Amino acid sequence: MSNHPGLSNTFSSSGEKFEWSKESLKSIKMIISRYPKDRHQSAVMPLLYLAQEQNNNWISIECIEKIAETLNMPKIRVTEVASFYSMYNTRPVGKNLVQICRTSPCWLRGSNKITNTICKETKCDINETSEDNLFTVVEVECLGACSNGPMIQINNDFYEDLDEESTKTILDNIKNNRPNKIGSQKGRRSSENA
Amino acid sequence: MSENSFIKIKINNKDLEVDKNLTVMQACEIAGEEIPRFCYHDKLSIAGNCRMCLVEIEKAPKLVSSCTMPLMEGMSIITNSEKVNAGRKGVMEFLLINHPLDCPICDQGGECDLQDQAMYYGFDKSRYSENKRAVDNKNMGPLVNTIMTRCIHCTRCVRFATEVAGVPELGMLGRGENAEITTYLENSITSELSGNVIDLCPVGALTSKPYQFKARPWELKRTDSIDIFDSVGSNIRIDSRAEEILRVTPRTNEDINEEWIPDKVRFNYDGYYQQRIDTPYIKKNQKLEISNWEESLKILISKLKNSKPLALIGELVDVETGYAVKKFMSNFGDNNVECRTDNQFIHESLNSFRFNTPINKIEDADLILLIGANPKIETPIINHKIFKAFNNGSEIFNIGEEILLNYDTKYLGKQLDALNNEKFVKSIKKSKNPLIIVGSAFLNSIRNINTFKSIVSFSQKYKVVTETKNNLNFLNPFSSRVGQLFIGNTSQEYCEPFTKLTNQNFDTVLSFGSEKIVDTTFDNCFKVYFGHHGDEGAMKSDIVLPTPLFTEKNGIFLNIEGRPQEAKKCHNPIGGSKEEWAIIKKMSEELLFEFKPNTFDQLREELFREYPKLFNFNEIIQEDSSLPVAENILFEDCKITYPFENFYMSDIVSKNSVTMAKCVDEIMTKPLLEKSA
Repeated sequence: MSNHPGLSNTFSSSGEKFEWSKESLKSIKMIISRYPKDRHQSAVMPLLYLAQEQNNNWISIECIEKIAETLNMPKIRVTEVASFYSMYNTRPVGKNLVQICRTSPCWLRGSNKITNTICKETKCDINETSEDNLFTVVEVECLGACSNGPMIQINNDFYEDLDEESTKTILDNIKNNRPNKIGSQKGRRSSENA
Repeated sequence: MSENSFIKIKINNKDLEVDKNLTVMQACEIAGEEIPRFCYHDKLSIAGNCRMCLVEIEKAPKLVSSCTMPLMEGMSIITNSEKVNAGRKGVMEFLLINHPLDCPICDQGGECDLQDQAMYYGFDKSRYSENKRAVDNKNMGPLVNTIMTRCIHCTRCVRFATEVAGVPELGMLGRGENAEITTYLENSITSELSGNVIDLCPVGALTSKPYQFKARPWELKRTDSIDIFDSVGSNIRIDSRAEEILRVTPRTNEDINEEWIPDKVRFNYDGYYQQRIDTPYIKKNQKLEISNWEESLKILISKLKNSKPLALIGELVDVETGYAVKKFMSNFGDNNVECRTDNQFIHESLNSFRFNTPINKIEDADLILLIGANPKIETPIINHKIFKAFNNGSEIFNIGEEILLNYDTKYLGKQLDALNNEKFVKSIKKSKNPLIIVGSAFLNSIRNINTFKSIVSFSQKYKVVTETKNNLNFLNPFSSRVGQLFIGNTSQEYCEPFTKLTNQNFDTVLSFGSEKIVDTTFDNCFKVYFGHHGDEGAMKSDIVLPTPLFTEKNGIFLNIEGRPQEAKKCHNPIGGSKEEWAIIKKMSEELLFEFKPNTFDQLREELFREYPKLFNFNEIIQEDSSLPVAENILFEDCKITYPFENFYMSDIVSKNSVTMAKCVDEIMTKPLLEKSA
């Protein structure tokens, strides 16, 4: 089995109690209201996402138990869903989860070079977290920005049309707390002709 | 069902008329066509994930999984074409890609669905040369052994845990090649029915831990018997080799246990051979010393001459023994035989101490009230039926302690006056088929007959008991009780029979497997213990005589519904034990009492002559006497003590079982039911 944080069947404890934040509670109320009265358990996926956002981007055992309690469903059922989808991380990840697309279009455009650059710059291997806990690097399949490859996703943002230099700049900016330009690094708007 | 719910279909070009609510697989079964399957099980919901049951349906472009396909008018199904065979072969090949070739060391070997079906439907060689996947074994507790590499992901165990056992603790994590069956955080399964996943597993992924590497199915002698460790009388099959029992598995009986048995009877068989009394003992100088039959009987007979003895009947005693004891004791004047050593309240008729609703009808109730009963640990099979009723939308109410069950109950209060609870009265008035279960915890503490009458009146008032049905049930967990009460091995008292007996002066106490012989009021009596397991009862006795266990002799037991069933002998008695009736015969001869039967069969004949209703095995004894009603409904406050709180160690056999001790260690240590575990 791969060591990808989202593709593991083992869950771990964070050692801390997990409680919903005020904002989360508000969203939960809204989310649950979308489903019929006796079908609240359908909200398990958005709630897992909420928990992940609130819990430093990963799902701990405590999160699962909290969700099971909130939706009044068996813990194993929540665990099943969380383990099925690769975008729920089952172990702690760094502040910035760097997902490198390696599917054919990006790979043809040189995603290997990008991977090497990122590994060198963050000083960690694929599926590893850097020592300063700033980055976790993972390889993923198509993220759906094929015409702008090679591309990576860092947390919720896409960085497209990369080369080794622009990748390095993006990582440097993150390290130094400087803002980054999101989207194409070549100045393309959306996916217009290059 | 109306006539027009039948439709015409064709199976292998044969015309057939079947119910339209069936699936294609069920119709094929009716037509006598065998459909291979792994994930489909008729007691569980349909999953359709093994794909083994593919059939061809005319006009359908591809093969169809028959277990999930509903029937349609005019459907033409083909189960034996080239295409179907090729499809099955393909599915089989994929299933075997990741299945290890370890049949020679697999416990399922010889009774494995995958093995059998690979023989019939599979490909004769492997075309797969890549590495097979390996999966870590999971902990599922002290009973279920897991070798998860063998798992084919049929999810029968997951569905069983959720739908039948009512403990949603098993699940399938991950997906695709990474899919794995596990319990939540690899905890032990906390169900009393957990052992049934072993039978359900079509491969060797879940096997029995105690039976691991013990035997092959073709070496075993099979004996059909019944479970005597609770009062339901689940049907079991005992597998033995030579003089040793190696395994206990369920036998299907749709009226009682369906296909399930509780873990206690499945796994406590190692206790059959621990701490056995194998020879007579006599107490000399405050110490039990090995003796022989001649000496011990001689002392016993001299004690019995001109004495006033009392006989106690234990919890695992068959009807024949009880009958022999009763005949023997009648020679001493007053018939001082007592099986109600826990002070169970009874009235005159059979209806007052049995489960009046047939067990397979419990699920039809739309309201169930438990009064001082904990079916989860006393009778897990009845608990499963209540769980079924709950899933059908029945409301469950509870009076007594706040017990943990695997379904939602509404707690009314500790005492019977909680019956007047407004909400409850509103519910029971609306209910069409209410059911009441009065458990030992209440029955054993009733001191006033009016309380009993009041429960009856209450039941009649709210249509629990009507002219056509009787849903007022009395539950006690002991297998011997209904049978012994049926043949009248009890005093005339309604309430507190045992306490009243202990106030009388007896000089000799004969205990037939009853541990109540240690009661301090018997301290000055001469105590004789007839039994198979040495525990406190035997330790405190003056003479200990070995008798066979239920697997070493034939015996009739009445289950809680009043259904006579036979436990059959699977091997010869251990050591020098003698059947109770034979000891009694011998003693009668010496004491010059009349005891006609010379053989066990003659004893049975006499028993049947006196109680002809016992003759119809497996049929519930019918009795239509009415119960007494109260003039004014009044409830006394009772002291509630459940008969036992430890499911795994409720009787003398389980107490001596190592497997049961492990269960106590590993399962009981955490609360038996964490809500939504």
